[in-house]
Amino acid sequence: MMLNVHDVSYQYGEKAVLQNITFTVEQGQFFGILGPNGSGKTTLLKLLSRELSLQKGTITLNAVPLASFSSKELARLVAVLPQSADSAFGYTVKETVELGRYAHQTGLFPTWTEEDEQAVAEALEQVGMAHKEQETIDCLSGGERQRVYLARALAQKPSLLFLDEPTNHMDIAQQIKLLDQLKKWTEENQLTVVAIFHDMNLASLYCDRLLLLHEGKMVGLGEPSDMIEEKQLETVFQASVRRQAHPVVSKPLLTFVPQTYSDTRQQNDSLSALTIAQDGEQIVITTPQPFKVLSSAVVGAGFQWATHFVNRHVPKHYRCDDPETEMKQYLQSHSFAVHRTIGMMTAVYLEDAVWIKSSEEEVPLFVMVTAGVGNAVDAAKAWEKRETAEGIGTINVFIFIDGQLNETAFVQAMMTTTEAKVKALYDAHVLDPETHTLATGTSTDCIAIASSQTGRLFEYAGTATPLGKAIGRFVYEATTEALRKYKKRRGDGK
Amino acid sequence: MLLGISIGSLSIPFSSIIDIFLEQWWGIAPSPDIPDTLVQIVMAIRLPRVVLAFLVGASLSLAGAAFQGLLKNPLADPYTLGVSSGASVGAVVVLFFHLQLPWFGSFTLPIMSIAFGLLTLFLVLFFTRAVDPRMSVETIILTGIIFSAFFSALISLMIALTGEELRQIITWLMGSVAMRSWKYVVMMLPFFIIGCLLLLVNHRELNAFAFGEEAAAHIGVHVAKRKLVILIGASLLTGAAVAVSGAIGFVGLVVPHMIRLVAGPNHRLLLPLSLLYGGAFLVLADLAARTMISPSELPIGIITSLIGAPLFAGLFLNRMKRKT
Repeated sequence: MMLNVHDVSYQYGEKAVLQNITFTVEQGQFFGILGPNGSGKTTLLKLLSRELSLQKGTITLNAVPLASFSSKELARLVAVLPQSADSAFGYTVKETVELGRYAHQTGLFPTWTEEDEQAVAEALEQVGMAHKEQETIDCLSGGERQRVYLARALAQKPSLLFLDEPTNHMDIAQQIKLLDQLKKWTEENQLTVVAIFHDMNLASLYCDRLLLLHEGKMVGLGEPSDMIEEKQLETVFQASVRRQAHPVVSKPLLTFVPQTYSDTRQQNDSLSALTIAQDGEQIVITTPQPFKVLSSAVVGAGFQWATHFVNRHVPKHYRCDDPETEMKQYLQSHSFAVHRTIGMMTAVYLEDAVWIKSSEEEVPLFVMVTAGVGNAVDAAKAWEKRETAEGIGTINVFIFIDGQLNETAFVQAMMTTTEAKVKALYDAHVLDPETHTLATGTSTDCIAIASSQTGRLFEYAGTATPLGKAIGRFVYEATTEALRKYKKRRGDGK
Repeated sequence: MLLGISIGSLSIPFSSIIDIFLEQWWGIAPSPDIPDTLVQIVMAIRLPRVVLAFLVGASLSLAGAAFQGLLKNPLADPYTLGVSSGASVGAVVVLFFHLQLPWFGSFTLPIMSIAFGLLTLFLVLFFTRAVDPRMSVETIILTGIIFSAFFSALISLMIALTGEELRQIITWLMGSVAMRSWKYVVMMLPFFIIGCLLLLVNHRELNAFAFGEEAAAHIGVHVAKRKLVILIGASLLTGAAVAVSGAIGFVGLVVPHMIRLVAGPNHRLLLPLSLLYGGAFLVLADLAARTMISPSELPIGIITSLIGAPLFAGLFLNRMKRKT
C-alpha cells in the first residue's frame, strides 16, 4: 500500500493548521509523525483517515484518490487506532473486536462467516488478549483496552494502519512489546504503518522515516538519523535537546536538559573543593558535585558522572579473571556507590603518587599520576611479542578540569594525555623488556578525564588550545616525576 | 401473533400472580360460551388497548435503545431529540384551539401530533446541520435540548392561557392508552413497522456508534447516511407513540438499560429484546394503571415509573454485587 500526500493544506476557519504537506509512504514502511502539541499531527492523521475532508492538495492510496473509496472499501484497506474511543456501554472484548469485521460483511443480509471468526481470533491472539475475550472492556486497564482496539483494527485486515500515539496509557514494557510487534508486521506482512509519536526516542528507534511538523509546516522529512538534529528540535520543541548515539541500535538517542539544571549547581572553583584521602590501600578523590568523566577505568569506563575516584593498590601478583566484578565488590565493601565511582587498580605503592594543581592564572586543572612500568610495552612492536605480559606496572592518570567540555574536547583531552604520557616514557628512556625498544605505555594503563561541566566552556583540548597545553604540560610533568619515584623505589628495592 | 409473543416473553421474568391474572384474562377471549358483551369488551376495548400499549411500549424502548447507542450516551431517551415535545405541541395546539381537520374528524389530534413530530425532526436536523456540517452527536443533543425547552415553554404557555381544556391537556400530557380503538392501532402500525425495520437493520452500525462516530467511521460505517437513517427510524417510532398516547416517560430510558444489564450491550440482541420487553412492560403498566384503584384509572406514566424504578434499582444492585 503506497500512500501519497501532495501539497496538503488545511485550515479551521481562518486558522491554518497544515500548510503544503508533501510526503510518500512506501509499502511496508514504519512512518512516524513527530511534532509538539498543536503542530497539526492529529489533523494530518484525520485527513489521512478521511475523518476530515480534504480542503487543498491530494491524498492517494496506490494512486487512487482517497475520496473515491466507499466507506467500507476504505475500511478494508485502512484501519485507524485513535487515541481514545471508549464506549459508554460494557461490550465484551470479543464483541469489540468483531466490529472490525464490519467492512468485510457485505450484502443486504450479511452473515458472520468462518473467515470473520478466524480474523477475530487471530487479531486477539496477536495482541495477546485472547484469554480475556469474554471480559467487558470497562474492566480492563488502559493498556489492555488500547490493545483491544488495536485488535479491532487488525481484524479489519488492513494494508495500512494509522496510529495516534499508540503507546498512550502503556507502561514501558507494553510500549516496547507493541512497537516490536508492529515493526515485525511491517517486515513480515508488508503492513504499512503511519503513527503519531510523542516520544522522539521511540519514534527514532522504530520508524524507517520521520516527518517533523512545526506549526503546521513540514520542518523535516527523512530517516531518523538525518532528522534528529539538536538545533532543529530545540526550535520545534522549545526545550534544550542533546543527541547521542544509541548504545546498541544504529539510531540517535535524544535527551533533554532541564531548564533549572544549571541553577542548582555550584558555579566556580570546584577544584579547590576536591578532597584527597590516602592510605596504603587506596587513594580516594572526592568531588563536591558530580563530574562528567571519560575514562578507560576498570569500573565506570566510557562516559559517566562520578563523585568518587578510587586508585586502589593491589598486590603484585593480583590475578583475577573478572577484575571488573572483583573491583565492584571491593568498592561496595568500602561503601562506595558503584555507579558514581571511577575505579582503577595499580600495583604501585600509593605513596609514590604525584599530583599537580595548576596555579591561579592558568586553566584550572588537577592531575594525579601513579606510574609503574614493569610491564612496559612498545605499541609498535606489541604484535611481535610471544605472550601478553601479565606482570605488574600500570600508569594511571586522573585529570580534573574546572570547565565545560563537549565530547570533542573530552576525546582530544584523552589524546593529548596519551601523547604527553608517551613523551614522558620516552624521555625517561623506559624500554620494553622483551623487544628492547622504547616503550609507549603499559598494557593496562588507564586514563580518566573528569570535568565539572560548569564555568568556562572548552570546545577543544588539542595541543594548540589552552586546555590542551595545560594537560600536556602537567601530565608530562606528573608522569616524569612518578616514573622517577618508581625507579627510585625499584633501585632501593634492589 | 404479536400478543402471543408478548405473553410468552412476559411469563418468564414477572411474578406468577401477574401471570395467572393474565392467563385468566386471555383465556376468556377465545372460549365460545362467553357472553357476547364480554367478547365485545375484550375485542373492541381491551384488545386494541393492549395492542396499542404494546406498540407504544415497544416503540419507545426501541427508540430509546437506538438513541442511547447512536448518541453514545446512556442518559439519552426517545425525548432527547425534542421530537416528542414537538408532537406534544401538535396535540396541545389541537386541544387548545379545538381544531378539527376536514376528513380526519377525531383523528385530528394524532395526525397533527405526528406531523408536528416529523416537522420537529427536520427542524432539529436542519438546525444541527447549519451549526455543524458534520452533525456530531454533541450538536444533535444540544439542538434537541434547545428545541425541547422551546416547545415545553410553548406547551406551558398554552396551559397557562387555557381555561376549561386544562384537565384534558394535562391528562393527555401524562400519557394514556385508554379509550383507543383499533383505528389508532391501524394508524400507528405503518410508522411502527417502518421505524422498527430501519432500526433493526442497523444493529451493527449502532454497535459501532456506541464507540463514537470516529470509531464507527474507521471500521467502515457510512456515518452520515446511517446516522440519518437511525435518527429518522427512532423519531418515527417516538413521534407515532407520542401521537397516540401522549408523552409516557421512563419506558424509553429504562427498558434498554434493564436489557443491557441482563443481555449485554450488543444491539443484535438489545434491539429486539427492548422491543419485546418494552411492549410487555407497558401492557403490564397499563394493566396496573386501570386496576390499582379501579374503577378510576391512574395515568400510565406514574405506573411506569413506580414499577420501573425499583425494578431497575434491583437489577443495578444485583449487577454491582456480581462485579465486586
